[in-house]
Amino acid sequence: MSLQTSTQPTSPVQQALREALIAGVVSFGLFFFFIGLKTDQNIRNELVLVTRWGLLTTVVVLTMIVRFLYVAYAVPFLARQKIADAVTGLLPDSTGTKFFRVPFFIGSLALAAVLIVFGSAIVAWTGPNIGAYVTLIRAFAIIYAVAAVMFYGRAFIGRNFASIGIVSLILYPILVVVILALLAWSNGSANITSAAFQGSLKWVDNFGIQILIYVMLAWGLNIVVGLAGLLDLGYVAFYAVGAYSYALLGTHFGLSFWILLPMAGILAAFWGVMLGFPVLRLRGDYLAIVTLAFGEIIRLVLINWREVTNGSAGISGVPKVSFFGWFTFNVSDPNYISKVFDIPQSGAYYKIFLYYLILALALLTAFVTIRLRRMPVGRAWEALREDEIACRSLGINTTSTKLTAFAIGAMFGGFAGSFFAARQGFVSPESFVFLESAIILAIVVLGGMGSLVGIAIAALVMVGGTEALREMEFLKSFFGQDFTPELYRMLLFGMAMVVVMLWKPRGFASSREPTAFLRERKAVSGSFTKEGHG
Amino acid sequence: MQYFIQQLINGLTLGSIYGLIAIGYTMVYGIIGMINFAHGDIFMIGAFIALIVFLALTSLFYSVPVVIALLIMMIVAMLMTSLYNWTIEKVAYRPLRGSFRLAPLITAIGMSIALSNFVQVTQGPRNKPIPQMVSRVYEIGGISISLKQIIIVVVTAVLLTLFWYLVNKTSLGRAQRACEQDRKMAALLGIDVDRTISITFIMGASLAAVAGTLFLMYYGVVSFSDGFVPGVKAFTAAVLGGIGSLPGAVLGGLLIGFIESMWSAYFSIDYKDVAAFSILAIVLIFLPSGILGRPEVEKV
Repeated sequence: MSLQTSTQPTSPVQQALREALIAGVVSFGLFFFFIGLKTDQNIRNELVLVTRWGLLTTVVVLTMIVRFLYVAYAVPFLARQKIADAVTGLLPDSTGTKFFRVPFFIGSLALAAVLIVFGSAIVAWTGPNIGAYVTLIRAFAIIYAVAAVMFYGRAFIGRNFASIGIVSLILYPILVVVILALLAWSNGSANITSAAFQGSLKWVDNFGIQILIYVMLAWGLNIVVGLAGLLDLGYVAFYAVGAYSYALLGTHFGLSFWILLPMAGILAAFWGVMLGFPVLRLRGDYLAIVTLAFGEIIRLVLINWREVTNGSAGISGVPKVSFFGWFTFNVSDPNYISKVFDIPQSGAYYKIFLYYLILALALLTAFVTIRLRRMPVGRAWEALREDEIACRSLGINTTSTKLTAFAIGAMFGGFAGSFFAARQGFVSPESFVFLESAIILAIVVLGGMGSLVGIAIAALVMVGGTEALREMEFLKSFFGQDFTPELYRMLLFGMAMVVVMLWKPRGFASSREPTAFLRERKAVSGSFTKEGHG
Repeated sequence: MQYFIQQLINGLTLGSIYGLIAIGYTMVYGIIGMINFAHGDIFMIGAFIALIVFLALTSLFYSVPVVIALLIMMIVAMLMTSLYNWTIEKVAYRPLRGSFRLAPLITAIGMSIALSNFVQVTQGPRNKPIPQMVSRVYEIGGISISLKQIIIVVVTAVLLTLFWYLVNKTSLGRAQRACEQDRKMAALLGIDVDRTISITFIMGASLAAVAGTLFLMYYGVVSFSDGFVPGVKAFTAAVLGGIGSLPGAVLGGLLIGFIESMWSAYFSIDYKDVAAFSILAIVLIFLPSGILGRPEVEKV
């Protein structure tokens, strides 16, 4: 009797064709009801179905092409990269050196310079449609140049990452204003300083402050999830407590931000302990659902306790932060900043001040975290994360260890919350939904839990990426005027969470230095540490 | 007394829907130990498919008997929702099996965000109302029971019986229970673990799709954000009953349904969710592994 093997060796292309076909069938099944058919309201307010077969075909064909390319080219390519890696023992940077070459770098620099100086003239000459392409090329040239610099300086950057990061964060608003001033000068605008400050609003506020708030929140949650290993799905509750403490006490009693900031932190820490007590005995997923429930309870109380919180309408007119009482940012005040320094009025000063405030708060969080990790309580957190039973048998009081983790994590959430209220000037329960907790947790996990730098990078990529989508007006010239990139923001955010997690299941910073070590400091691969195990 | 019984019936209806969703959570948790956060949105997807099938039926045929329409809606929703959950498991959870615990939780949250926004982008952000399908109401001794409620309870009971039979009496159910106890050992004994896990996701999704269809029939409206609240409640129900335990999921669902309807009847409707969540916290303080859950054995 002869054995017959039915499976013939197939080429990657054949296999890819088969996979593409399967992907096509599955995506047709998935998208038939949602893309092929759309529910729409007609004039009599009844639902009717609208068919979109063209769009459905496009999406299915696109899925097939992507799947084909992935199986036929991307998978073998990645496999080759891994083999080269094992032989040389080096990082697979051959593609990198091919992609970043000195002539290309000089070319991109020249292109960027030409387009920055003459960009507006070219756009004025060609009209807005081709102008969009000019802006796009300029953006790509700048990104390429920056990436090339980072690629060649990667050894240096890797060594001094934290200090470079902090210095560039401190310089960021100044750089934005200077670059915008240069742009205004090249456009020949009349009032260069006011144009520069007005234009910097978007960059400092939407990008700088927004990202730093998430960095701070994620660093605060990192104490609970990353260090103590307690899975908290309701972190946004402490953010809400901080925001509402400042909003309520500030509007009703007129207390200053600098008194209410520590108070908001203390109140949030108090709530952290309140939450901590009932959940002390719970483990893993039971803990997760109770913290989620706690977050929802806080939000529901904020919505329904209308006498105090004004319900879902929220509290408006939250007072602004003053510069320690020396000067303020309210135009009507006698010591308004532009009156004190005799400079033109602008809302940008307040935003730049807020930027430095949140930067200081975030750095404080990082500093406290780093110092706490070296203290007995920090060691106890990490021991608790690795093994609760061993921890208890060594005489560590798990009750107080868990409670301090909850309290300190919550305190930083409270600080961030009161900052948020001061920045918005308005708080409402809308800002404290579960989605926010999920985003913060995702940033912590994607960053590689416990790693402060990794978390900051994750916040930059995820929050900055979705904020950047708001700015992609040029996409309108490709997809038509009805195209609104904001609509796809959260869809892409969710998909990015999945893709990043599949690509790097251990997060961006997947190895870490131990805080406690014997004689020699060895980096441990992330796979040897156990996190989030209730 | 009549008022009390009336609320009991309302609670039973609500609890049946929560119970059907909760089974999906608890089964997935039992077999691979992860919280499938996207399950609430799978429920919403099921409701949406039922809505689209309903609209297609009413536009294609002049009149369809309600029973047949409901059946077709349910079956199509079950099939299509299963396809969704099967794909999600394959794409987002399977590659991370054996990775550390929080990784699949994060992909599940990402999938949940992506699914609800996918529906928002493709179907529009508005509420989608449909005309009432079943409107008959019976009056028995001063208590009014609508036909909708009877349908929901009967369908749930039939499905749970079927499901109980499937898990306890068939080889498929045996394979599932084996995987739940020890996945490696089950694989060594010749059980196709991947297939069993896929089938678990398909079963959970079909029950969620039925819940979605019933939800659409009961409330007559669905929107893209409707997955979250029932999803969290069902998850609460699964934990309350003891996560991993099937009777626990149904019991938890009924309990949450009763708490909600009683609280809104006797206290305040605004705080019904607060009551449900608080009772969860109180129960877990005294029974840390839920009502019917096995206490976790700590191995050193």
